[in-house]
Amino acid sequence: MRSLIDIRDLSTAEIDELVKTACDIIENPAKYSEKCHGKKLATLFFEPSTRTRLSFEAAMYELGGNVLSVSSGSSSSAAKGESIADTAKTVSCYADIIAMRHPKEGAPYVAAANASIPVINAGDGGHNHPTQTLADLLTIYREKGGFDNLTIGLCGDLKFGRTVHSLIAAMSRYSGIKFVLISPLELKLPSYVKKDVIKKNGIPYSQTTDLLSVMPELDILYMTRVQRERFFNEEDYLRLKDSYILDTKKLETAKPDLCIMHPLPRVNEISVAVDNDPRACYFKQVLNGKYMRMALILKLLEEAKK
Amino acid sequence: MNVDSIQNGIVIDHISAGNSMKLYELLDLDRLDCCVALIKNVTSRKMGKKDIIKIDADIPVNLDAIGYVDPEATVNVIKNGELVEKKVIGTPQTLTNVLKCKNPRCITSCEQELDHVFRLSDDGSKVYRCIYCEAKAK
Repeated sequence: MRSLIDIRDLSTAEIDELVKTACDIIENPAKYSEKCHGKKLATLFFEPSTRTRLSFEAAMYELGGNVLSVSSGSSSSAAKGESIADTAKTVSCYADIIAMRHPKEGAPYVAAANASIPVINAGDGGHNHPTQTLADLLTIYREKGGFDNLTIGLCGDLKFGRTVHSLIAAMSRYSGIKFVLISPLELKLPSYVKKDVIKKNGIPYSQTTDLLSVMPELDILYMTRVQRERFFNEEDYLRLKDSYILDTKKLETAKPDLCIMHPLPRVNEISVAVDNDPRACYFKQVLNGKYMRMALILKLLEEAKK
Repeated sequence: MNVDSIQNGIVIDHISAGNSMKLYELLDLDRLDCCVALIKNVTSRKMGKKDIIKIDADIPVNLDAIGYVDPEATVNVIKNGELVEKKVIGTPQTLTNVLKCKNPRCITSCEQELDHVFRLSDDGSKVYRCIYCEAKAK
């Protein structure tokens, strides 16, 4: 059974196909409004989330399907100690496809290994969040017209930021890419991502703690939140949380066609004043996420038929 | 020093000197009731020095665990005092229940009866990563 656990599960051709489908959904929504009639998506969210769960549910409704929802671990059998494997087997009896978020890394992998229906990883701890990456990719495609020849600045928490790791893995497939890694020393990109993805693909990159110094060269600036829930130590979180705050002043030296992205939710790392800048694309990302989730649900249900 | 040869059992040979204790622990040999000999720093023409483990019982041994500690080691199966099989180990691609994932955020920390599985992610540096959370084996 085909599932999506990691963005690397998708080939470049498949990502291109999903982008194409999403663009077609945007152009012709009526064509897709009954595609999932009679199908049910189970959203199993064992960790708080607003946008991702609603995005999946909106995606399924716009495809004409229905949704079964578990919105927190405490309201499910997980609170009684049920295993992920048993939950996946049980939900397979009710639904046609699962979207799962879980605080433990690898939980959707275990679910996919035990479910008889496709499982989509909707975020597993600090590990993977492939549908956020699909949203990011569609945003880059729509804003930049393609994926090649881009200098991508990744700023903030590059250590625990799963969206950053997945985006690097996805963009590393394209040509002419350069990464600029901007973070405090304590939140640097893990060495295995650098070694296994960036260096392995021969992609040029630079590392800095100074956002302003690299701003003029960026085509994309991907901001991230320093996530309280990834820290075991509150003191470390408080010390690092305000490392980078993007405001209109800092954008003065940026390219006129810079694309500012953020996986959201933001806390204070992008000033609200930036929202009015035409280069701010983070709310477009939210919308693009829904279209890509629609394209993905269609693809996985289609493959499940075979 | 002499250690008696065994009649029916296993001899793990060509262990790099110093690795036998790690293997002893990883294979849980302390739980066996039979006679187990751990011989360190044996003179070897090929290796200079080597370790050997002799187990006086025909028990299944986890070859992946041996390959993880020492891919050059060999496993000799002895029956009625004769060598009946010699297994060359090599580097295993996956390790199942050989190591525990130490990442407290990994699903293996709470899911019942879930195998701890690591996959070789870098052949050159022999780095294994958990298949669930991708944490490096320690």
